[in-house]
Amino acid sequence: MNSRAHLLFDQVSFGYPPFDKTNELRQLVLHNLSFSVQPGQFVSLVGPSGSGKSTIFRLITGIEKPLQGKIYFPVWFKDGPEIETVHQPKVGYMPQQDLLLPWRTALDNALLPLELRGVARKEALGQVQSLFDECGLAGTETLYPHQMSGGMRQRVSFLRAVVASGTLTGPPLILLDEPFSALDAITRIAMQEWLLEQWTKRKQTILLITHDVDEALFLSDRILVIEEQPVTQLTEIEVPLDRPRHLSDLEKREIVQLKYALLTKLKTKVKT
Amino acid sequence: MKKIGDYAGAVAFILLLLAIWEGGARVYDQSYLLPSPSQILVRLWELKEVLFFSHLPATLSIVLTGLAISIGAGGILALFMYYSPFASKTFYPLLVASQTIPIIALAPLFVLWFGYSIWSKVAVTVLFTFFPITVGLYDGLRSTDRRLTELLQTMGAKKRHLFFKVALPSSLPHFFSSLKVAVTLSVIGAAVGEWLGAQAGLGYFSRRMMTQFDGAAVFAPIVLLAVIAIVLFLIVKLIESIVLKWRL
Repeated sequence: MNSRAHLLFDQVSFGYPPFDKTNELRQLVLHNLSFSVQPGQFVSLVGPSGSGKSTIFRLITGIEKPLQGKIYFPVWFKDGPEIETVHQPKVGYMPQQDLLLPWRTALDNALLPLELRGVARKEALGQVQSLFDECGLAGTETLYPHQMSGGMRQRVSFLRAVVASGTLTGPPLILLDEPFSALDAITRIAMQEWLLEQWTKRKQTILLITHDVDEALFLSDRILVIEEQPVTQLTEIEVPLDRPRHLSDLEKREIVQLKYALLTKLKTKVKT
Repeated sequence: MKKIGDYAGAVAFILLLLAIWEGGARVYDQSYLLPSPSQILVRLWELKEVLFFSHLPATLSIVLTGLAISIGAGGILALFMYYSPFASKTFYPLLVASQTIPIIALAPLFVLWFGYSIWSKVAVTVLFTFFPITVGLYDGLRSTDRRLTELLQTMGAKKRHLFFKVALPSSLPHFFSSLKVAVTLSVIGAAVGEWLGAQAGLGYFSRRMMTQFDGAAVFAPIVLLAVIAIVLFLIVKLIESIVLKWRL
């Protein structure tokens, strides 16, 4: 199983340094945590706030380094043998707030990851332009972030993550950190459907942080639930739904039961 | 965009004040003490050659040299403080303390050190403008959103990328605000410097006319000084609106 994983946490421990900087006193956030994500899967990470979801993302993007254990990004080949790599891959990260650079147009924001890699502008334009059309963003290229709606900004932010994850060696890995939590309910549903459409088209591996149980059920193949502090394991739930999915699927009896089971699980973990 | 009508109130009020001044001065009728606006304009016209071709360039060169030094040195110091917490702890308090010194009281010292050359006046101008420019740039750089920096790091950004693509653009709104303060202060600085010792310049000319009890000729260069400040301000605003067009 693990050898075909796109992302693999192997006995990872992590904690943020306290003020006196001695490792022994670190408040561990993750302790010997292992889990994996298969290529092309849509996986949601659910847990109460402050439970370490964002920390897991910071470790994947390399902003933080594990105290112990390793994070693997195995290269995945369709027919050949699997090769493990430990190097930092190109990961597309879409943060909670869109975090577009306000002084750049939508197009220049989307180009940024390529620009940082030294790709010539002309070549970069060729790659990014077609994505604008595919993502339903044609015509917004010259707009500045403040001229766009919240949903549009999130699409550009997603597009930028897709560009950042661009790699020839395997399916891209995209991390979404509560991407729709700042949007109103109707826009959120539209964006979720849009995201599913984009994912179906490209088959990226997507890891989504959310605290919205409905969102996790609607979008993902698997849900990983954080239940304890520090995190030593993730409870795994397969979502028993076929694709393509419809909003009405959430009304199915087994899904409703699953939802309440999940909510009950999470509710007891909330520190009040 | 603002409409011209937005300024109607300001224009009307200024006209009213000028009318009261004009009327008062005519009634008082002591033009060496209180010249009327129309007398000042007439004197400005009579003195146009010496004012525009001798004293205006002298003052303008002080203002621009002083501003250039403040932007250059202030930029370097702001960068230094941004990258080194030690430097910021060392220099920031001194920078604030330097503002508590009455600069006008220091100005005679500069005349003592630099003589009647342009540099004594430039020194006063720099003392006036260095603080807002440095603090504006430094605060601007520090206002950089850490989340943006981290996001770019996940894309593999190098240090220079973080500076040129995030920190520098983030600092520009602050920088332009402080530059607008600085350009108006620079004119005051130059005039104060000239007042204390110079052979040319609008401040110097104004003071010389005072000794000759020529009230209108005292005011005429002051009008020009105000015009310089306003024009410089508008130029900075224009550049700002071009550079920061993403904010509009």
